[in-house]
Amino acid sequence: MIIAVPVEEKNLGSAICISFGRAPYYCLYDTETQQSRFIVNSAADSPGGAGIQAAQNLVDENISTLITFRLGENAAKVLDASEISMHKALNASIADNITALLEGKLNPLDAIHAGFHHGH
Amino acid sequence: MQASIMGTERTIAVLSGKGGTGKTLVSVNLASAASSAAYMDCDVEEPNGQLFFRPAVIDEKVIAVGRPAVDQKLCNGCHICSNACAFNALAVLKDQLLIFEELCHSCGLCIHLCPQRALTEVQKPLGVVRKGSSGTVSFFSAEMHIGESSGVPLIKALMKQKPAGLVVIDCPPGSGCMVTESIAKADFCLLVSEPTIFGAHNLAMVHELANLVGKPCGVLLNKTQEGSNPSEDYARTHNLPIIGSLPYDKDLARMTTEGLIASRESNCYRQVFADLLKEVMDASDPDSKR
Repeated sequence: MIIAVPVEEKNLGSAICISFGRAPYYCLYDTETQQSRFIVNSAADSPGGAGIQAAQNLVDENISTLITFRLGENAAKVLDASEISMHKALNASIADNITALLEGKLNPLDAIHAGFHHGH
Repeated sequence: MQASIMGTERTIAVLSGKGGTGKTLVSVNLASAASSAAYMDCDVEEPNGQLFFRPAVIDEKVIAVGRPAVDQKLCNGCHICSNACAFNALAVLKDQLLIFEELCHSCGLCIHLCPQRALTEVQKPLGVVRKGSSGTVSFFSAEMHIGESSGVPLIKALMKQKPAGLVVIDCPPGSGCMVTESIAKADFCLLVSEPTIFGAHNLAMVHELANLVGKPCGVLLNKTQEGSNPSEDYARTHNLPIIGSLPYDKDLARMTTEGLIASRESNCYRQVFADLLKEVMDASDPDSKR
């Protein structure tokens, strides 16, 4: 199982990024190998639809779980249709969040926001 | 007392960085103060000009845009469409292609590139354009259907009908794509501002837009009162010509809320807007060295 987390820095001790679609990196943790790696979010600077593109990239990485503080509705549609489970992040480090998830201590993500779309 | 602008070719766009500054009030009255003019309402999310001009007969046409539709059985998940889309309007999942219509700009690239021919263009109604007349004014407006997010194709369709002579364009609020499209054919941008710090901030936004696209512009200071006017300060410190000012006026506000066109209701207001129109014509005259 691969767990994805939007992050500010490429370091397991750092905090989770407040934004899903515009996070600079994602941490991908493979529970089988217990290895983590970081990928650049190529969608971070998109003028629009960043959440969709970011979700697409994570689907292509075969993730099965996402830990995030919040998620826009378009990104949620992509992840939901791909049967990826979504969990609400704790205000703690990336490592602590992954541990909490594996111990079954993270709640499902309940609130999906309508997005922060700017004028077209 | 009509401004003598017979035979003048001029397109004036009236815009502001926020709603409620008086774009429609100014546009409607400027068009009415001319001996003959066209009024074009580009505020497709809330085209209020019709409430003032009340054209008796309206010719209405539905405008549709092309959007991709997918045959999921033909899609092999190659990602060519989603990688090519500049607006991230497509997502390729394991067993289906998702299309986000509100992000689609109808460019057709995904349909063109699909090697499986899984995507086809479907026409979706976006809104309507209307044409009518009211006294000396030729009336044009466009209205977007509820739930649509970008009226740019609608504004393009409306502006294709732009007649010759004096044209006043009532723009949407803000400085986004729809406003940029609305001023594309304008010779001059009249920026309507409020006498507040917030108003000055919004004035700066549209001033920057006009400069960015190279349109000559000037400000109309609306709702002016005693005391400081941050919008006036902004204009003076940023070389933005002040075309005129409209003092805060209860009678004008009352007539407007009743859907009346002040310059048709009283000679006094007719003169005010005829004078303003003359200032706008002088400021937008390409031969003048103002």
